[in-house]
Amino acid sequence: MQQIIYFFQKFKYFLFFLVLEFIALFLIFNNLSFHKSKFVNSANSITGGLYSQSSNISEYFGLKEENKLLAKENTRLRNLLAKSSANLGTKDSIILDTINFNQKYVFTTAKIINNNYAKDFNFITIDKGENQGIQKEMAVINSRGVIGITDNTTNNYARVQSILNKNSKINARLKNSNYFGSLGWDGKDYNTVQLSDIPRQAPLKIGDTIETGGKSTIFPEGILIGTISEINKGNSADNKVNVTLFNDMSNLGYVHIIKNFDRIEINQLEAQNE
Amino acid sequence: MNSSVRLIFLFFGLLFLQVFILNNIHFLGHINPYLYIAFVFLYPLKESRIPFLFYTFLLGIGVDFFSDSGGIHTFSILIIAYARLFFVKLYFRKIATDYAFFKLKSEPFGKRFNYVVTLTLIHHLIYFSFANFSLQNFSEVILNTLFSSIFTLILYFLGSYIFTKIE
Repeated sequence: MQQIIYFFQKFKYFLFFLVLEFIALFLIFNNLSFHKSKFVNSANSITGGLYSQSSNISEYFGLKEENKLLAKENTRLRNLLAKSSANLGTKDSIILDTINFNQKYVFTTAKIINNNYAKDFNFITIDKGENQGIQKEMAVINSRGVIGITDNTTNNYARVQSILNKNSKINARLKNSNYFGSLGWDGKDYNTVQLSDIPRQAPLKIGDTIETGGKSTIFPEGILIGTISEINKGNSADNKVNVTLFNDMSNLGYVHIIKNFDRIEINQLEAQNE
Repeated sequence: MNSSVRLIFLFFGLLFLQVFILNNIHFLGHINPYLYIAFVFLYPLKESRIPFLFYTFLLGIGVDFFSDSGGIHTFSILIIAYARLFFVKLYFRKIATDYAFFKLKSEPFGKRFNYVVTLTLIHHLIYFSFANFSLQNFSEVILNTLFSSIFTLILYFLGSYIFTKIE
């Protein structure tokens, strides 16, 4: 017994140091896996509150840019609207059935209050949380394309796993054909992401547009991502393609969060098959 | 000023300086200084190291909360906090009875420089290895360590030059 007490006396600093280091290691590993609930993140009320204060000040510097983006998006949506009403005109009648109302997605606007893009595992903090209906694993986009997936929420804030995160995997496809692959990031350049696992017979050209594939329950189909900038055809088994993002990930303002109403149903169905 | 009040100011000052200003610098794309480790240099040497280790733990976890990095900052700052005493003995040749009178700024610049540079390099190397989290891209880890260390050291020595009282 005396020996043990003496041992603790002698090495108390080292033991205390080890305990603290183990806590830190536990937090590191916890932070790297997507599905675990995390304790250390910027989506809590203290850090979230401070970040929203600081972004309240800094957002004035980007107002002009933000207005331009909004005007561009409005134009794009007006064009889509004009197209769809032209299509409707060719049909005999429009079916309006309020009982079979079939809305699949709902959009929420949020402001980015903290944005990382220079690390290997980047996260974004937004100023909407569970009180506004944001949950885990919802898609985050803006007018120029995909931004990430929500991974941790508190009452008023949420943390988003950016596509600039080495753990991120998003189903993506070519716009002109239906070949799909998965989109990841190698941690190097924040303007370029990598599309892998795309079939070899897929016709690839530099400048082709990549969009989300709709094969996941998170992202709706057809949200823009970027254009192909480099094709490594070589002998390598993994057919990797570099994609330049439409988004400038270092300069983001307001985003939309997409909730998929059918997600639970689809996930249940897929769980039955396993 | 009372020394504990000074330490509280130092703690929060370094924390907020790091998360609101220095984390957003991104010099040449991705180089950031990590000046919050100055806490380890400036905290007075004492016989009992438990409070010191605990405060550095809190500072590290504070920076981690803001920068969404899990526990990477905590892990790396704790290592230099623990190793500090070893380097004090190595560079300044102090023994336990000297700790109460030890002042970093009254030491000669050469020794001080060695001490600060060693601790900064160790911290940055561990930090970037964990931030990378794989055995690939090791050259990038080394480069990041070097560039960020230079940045941190310049800021630290400028800061210590500005805040030193001329007697």
